Order: sequence, then C-alpha cells, then structure tokens
Amino acid sequence: MLGLNKKDTSLLIIVALLTLLAPFILNPFPADSAMAQFNAGYPDLMQRFVIFGIFAIGFNILFGLTGYLSFGHAAFLGIGSYSAVWMFKLLSYNVIPAIALSIVIAGLFSLLIGYVSLRRSGIYFSILTLAFAQMSFALAYSVLSNPKFNLTNGETGLQVYADDPQIFHREGLPDLPHLFGLSMRSTYTLDVGAWSFDFNAGYYLCAVVMMIVFYLAIRIFRSPFGIMLRAVKSNQQRMNYTGLNSRPYTLAAFVISGMYAGLAGGLMAAMDPLAGAERMQWTASGEVVLMTILGGTGTLIGPVLGAGFIKYFENIFSKINDSVLHGWFAFLPDGMEDFVVAVLHPFVGKGWHLTLGILFMLVVIFLPGGLVEGGQRLINWIRGKRSGETDKPSGKTEPAE
Amino acid sequence: MDAILLQILNGLDKGSAYALIALGLTLIFGTLGVVNFAHGALFMIGAFCAVTLQKIFSLSYEVIDETQTDFLGNPLKVKTPYVESWFGPELGAVIIDWSVPLAILFAIPIMLGVGYAMERGLIKHFYKRPHADQILVTFGLAIVLQEIVKYFFGANPIQTPPPAALSGSVDLGVALGFDPNAIIYPIWRLVYFLFAVVIIGGVFSFLQFTTFGMVVRAGMADRETVGLLGINIDRRFTIMFGIAAAVAGLAGVMYGPLNPPNYHMGMDFLVLSFVVVVVGGMGSLPGAVLAGFLLGILESFASTTWATTTIPGINQIIIYLVAIIVLLTRPRGLMGRKGVMEE
Repeated sequence: MLGLNKKDTSLLIIVALLTLLAPFILNPFPADSAMAQFNAGYPDLMQRFVIFGIFAIGFNILFGLTGYLSFGHAAFLGIGSYSAVWMFKLLSYNVIPAIALSIVIAGLFSLLIGYVSLRRSGIYFSILTLAFAQMSFALAYSVLSNPKFNLTNGETGLQVYADDPQIFHREGLPDLPHLFGLSMRSTYTLDVGAWSFDFNAGYYLCAVVMMIVFYLAIRIFRSPFGIMLRAVKSNQQRMNYTGLNSRPYTLAAFVISGMYAGLAGGLMAAMDPLAGAERMQWTASGEVVLMTILGGTGTLIGPVLGAGFIKYFENIFSKINDSVLHGWFAFLPDGMEDFVVAVLHPFVGKGWHLTLGILFMLVVIFLPGGLVEGGQRLINWIRGKRSGETDKPSGKTEPAE
Repeated sequence: MDAILLQILNGLDKGSAYALIALGLTLIFGTLGVVNFAHGALFMIGAFCAVTLQKIFSLSYEVIDETQTDFLGNPLKVKTPYVESWFGPELGAVIIDWSVPLAILFAIPIMLGVGYAMERGLIKHFYKRPHADQILVTFGLAIVLQEIVKYFFGANPIQTPPPAALSGSVDLGVALGFDPNAIIYPIWRLVYFLFAVVIIGGVFSFLQFTTFGMVVRAGMADRETVGLLGINIDRRFTIMFGIAAAVAGLAGVMYGPLNPPNYHMGMDFLVLSFVVVVVGGMGSLPGAVLAGFLLGILESFASTTWATTTIPGINQIIIYLVAIIVLLTRPRGLMGRKGVMEE
C-alpha cells in the first residue's frame, strides 16, 4: 500500500491506530479513581507526545541514518515557533500558513547552518551545531528584542497582542489558533460510565500531521537516498573513494530534519500561540537526542516511542510527591514506610531529571539500541525459549553452509 | 592604552576558567581519547567543595549568654562556630574567613577520587565505543551529578565570599604608571589569574620534567608501543584523568567568589570550554590554554559599550562566531596537530 512493503504498511497502520485511538488507550483508568493520575489522555500531554514524536522522527533522519550527532536541533524548533507566531500576528490565527512558514523558515536556516557545519564531521560537527544553536538562543533571548527591531520579544516570549494587524482576521473566527474556524482548543468529552475521554481538535491535527511525516520518514528510510545516507554512516571515506560526493546527501538529510523540527515548532505554537527562546537552549537539543537514543536510533518507530516515553514519565514522575508516596507504601510498617519514601524522594517530583539522567546512562551503557532493541531481545528470548522446546523432539538437521 | 589594558585584565578571570577547564578536557582527550561532557560538572563539584567546607566551618552551637540581653531583658542566644571553640576565637575566625582558599586542600583529594572513580567505574567501558556514545554517556552523567548537587544544595546560588584581606580592589594603574583610578581591579580576580597560571605551569612542568609525565607523553603519542615496553599505561592514564578532574575542580573552588556557585554553572562553562578546545585545536594542551585566555579577553572586549552599541549583542555571540570562523578557515584549530580526531 502507498508504495510500502507489507511490514512497513502494517507498521504505519499500527502507528495510525495508536495515534487515532490515543484518547482511549492513554486513559485506561476511571476519571475519579486513585489511578487517574496515571492517565495521560488529556489534550495538552497528547499534543506534546505527537509534536515531540515529529521532532524526534526528524532528528532520527539525520542522526539515525547518517550518524551525524547534532547538538543544536532545538534551534530549528524555536525558529519554527517564532515564524508561526509571526504568521498569527500578521495574517490571522489560521494554522495552515503558520505551519507552512515555520517549515520553510526552519528549512532555510538549516540549509545555512548545515552548509557550514557539515564541512566537519564527528565531534567537530556536534560542537559547531551546538555553537550555532547557542548563538541563536543568545540572539533570540536578548539581541533581537530591542525596541527598534523586536523580532522575538526576549524573555517574555513572542505572543499575539490585540493591536497586531492580523489582516485576514474576521469576526466570528475564534481568537485562538484555528483551522478554518475549528479552534485548536475545542474538545469533545465522551463519558462512558466512570471513564471520560477527551477528543481534541488540536491533537487530531497533530496526529494527522505525524502520520503523514511518519509515512514520509518510512519512504526516506527505504529510498535509494536513505541507503546513501546509511552508506555515509557506515563508511564515508569508502563512499568518497567510489566517486560519490557525500555532502549533498548529508546536507539534504540535515535540511529535512531541520524542516521536521520547524514543523514541530510550528505545531507547538499552533497549540499554544507563544514562542520563547528557552525552546532553543541546548538542553532542549539534548532532550531530543535523548528521545531518539532511548527509543532506538536508526529505527522507524524508536523515536516516537522515546518521545512518548520521556514525555509520559516526565509528566507522571513530576506529579508524584511525598504524600502520594506515603499513600503507596502505607501497607509497610511506619519506620519502613518513612525510609522507603525518603529513599524514593530524590527521584520523583522535582527530582525527575535525576531519574531521567540515570535512565539515559543505563540505556546508553546497556542498551545502545534503545527500547526497540530491548523489545527485540525480549521477543527473541521468548521465541528462543519456545522454539528450543519444539526443536528438541523434531531433531531436524540443518544443511551446513 | 589604559582602556585596552583594562579590558585585557577583565578578560583574564573568565579566560583563566576557560583555560583550566579546556586544559583538563584536552588532557582527557589526549590521553584516553574520550570526549568528556561531564567535565563542566567536575568544575561545579569543585565549586561546591568550597561551599561544603564553608558550611562545615560555620557549623555552630548555641549558648545562652547571660551577659548580653535583648531589649526585653531576655538573655541572648549566641552562636559559636565549633572551629572557634576548638582553635580559639582569633584563629577560628581566620579559618572561617579563609575557607575558600583552604577548600583547595579539601578539594584535591575529593576531585582526584571522583576522577578516579569516574574513569574506573564508567569511562573505562567506553574506549571501544563510538564517540557519540561517549558524548551521550558523559552527558547523562553530567545531568545526574548536577541533579544530585541540586538536591543537596538547592537551586539558588550560594555566596562564597573571598577572605576579607583579598576582597577589595587595587589601583593597578598607579603601579603600572598610569593615572590613578584608571585601572581599578578586584584583588580576587588577580588571585584567580595567578592561581590559574600556577596550576597550568604545574601541569605542564609535571608533564615535561617528571618521569611519570614523560611516560604519559609517550603514551599520548603511541599508546600501544608504550604498553609493549611493559609499562602499565592504563594506570597512568587513569591517574591523568584524576589530575584533569582535580584541575577542573580547583578552577571551580576558586571561581566561587567571582560568581556565586549554582548547580548549572558547570553546563554554562562546558559549552564554552568545548568551543575553546576546538578553537585551540583538539588534543593540543598549549592550544587549549592559549585559546582559553584569548577567547576570555575577546569576550571582554566585545562587552564594552562601544562594541555593544556598534553591533548589538556581540558580547553574547562573539565566542561562537570566532569558533565558526576558526573551524572553517583552520579546521584543526589554532594549534591542532594532524591526525587528531580526523576520521
């Protein structure tokens, strides 16, 4: 289907089903039960899942295929957000031109930055991209927000004000980002018994966009172009010796992933019309690296899983506080309970980053292939066990090679 | 003339910090071939050694002093630090006052230990892995160390004042023959610069004039051959890692009075230090030191009102700009050698 082989089609269908049914899947617990805090099916979080999924898919096209580790990808996300908010300010709250512009502008910036950075490889490339991103952050944070030429609105963040032109804004359209009148915030809540499920217009826009870009990513992975990028990763020198210039390929990959980041930034602004410089900081770039690694570098589904995993646990872990912990361990004797809570305290709530750092280190050390590799190992282990049982009685002989 | 000199002097303290951190990074890279993203965290841990020692020294007990009363006539509670009660009030007060310089002695064993543990416990397993993995695992470690410090010391900067005798400013202009008040310079910055020079000189002479240093240099040039000669080069490289960690830590200890330490100071310095290392030339120790001071001074020149009014925001981006230009025109950096980090 759509030029994909059977395996990829089923992967695409699975992802499509998961994203479309996410409001059900992520809300497994009744709304007013004690477990409701583990529900992730509210619009804001679901939007973040897919937006960061898009960001990570794009990053993976660069890092997973070519092996070039960019430490400055958040710059394109920020640029995308700024362009989208400028479209809201100048034209109207319609999200289509905003997202289109954010992709174009992020593409242009990534062309420029990529052209310069890709002259070097390895650690130099990482540091060049880091330098560019920090420069963009510094510029957005202070320089481009002077009264004469206010492009980014500095520390406050860029937002839409009442006296902005908005030349296509008409009466009757919502005063928030919308898709031809359908507000991104409009949510339909379906109550089924004790459960309640939110269907949010913004989420579904993001989900549809994610399915499209996921499909594109599959096509890129399977195309001759994608194979060329893998060749860059496995041995760039040998590729050059065969007479191929690898730079146009890496630059194309860089621009594509920059446009993905811009798209994610534009969607982020479309969900909440605000753009701040902190989105461009290098910790934000580190986060997308983390998502990709955690999910599985160079795999199709990995980055999406990684993004979902990190955003979900960020949300859940930072909600857990001492009283919740006390509630969980109430069955233990008093002294034990206090001890367990004291041990767990640094890892939850505000200490979520500590857990994240430890998790990240563990993944890099023991599971370089990320969650996908972990899943495969698990499947192999289970299969190995089962086939081991069936193999013995059959006693089939394998032909020697 | 004096204005130029003033800017150069102003750049020295940051330049010293860049140079010290970049020196450690290059040392680790040159010996072990590892890109250490946790080096900024080591700098931060050093600064928090000073904070810890200051806290230990000012641990005190309360006694009710009958001779002093507040305005209601109740006896006052007087806090006496243990240090003062042990060493007598005068010496005790001096010890508390000099807690930052004393923290050097406290920090050296701690940083050597931390460095040793880091190398043996974690980095050892990453020699054979790609550079990307090394970057990622040390990046993760940096997050962990940072969060641990944040957990114990909180997110706010903690003041670590310099000793009273070194806290004022001096009029350097008079000493150098300029008008009075032309160059007024905080003493601690001068101390920091001299300290950095001593440390850098110490590291270089250690490498240059001791047998241990000679073996390490030989190992940097050709690790395998040195190993074949029956020398346990891994062990020496581990010690060098500890020394690099100690250099970063000491840079952090003495940096406290210039800028109150907080948990993310390491990350802020790390990004710049990497840029410094790259500008200086990956794997070149003199290059790292030179580029550190050069970029520090350049940053100070870019922060003058003249520069910021001509090109707004130049002080924020100058280092990155220089790095980009250097990398594109001299890809190996200012003093980089051939064959280092070139796939």
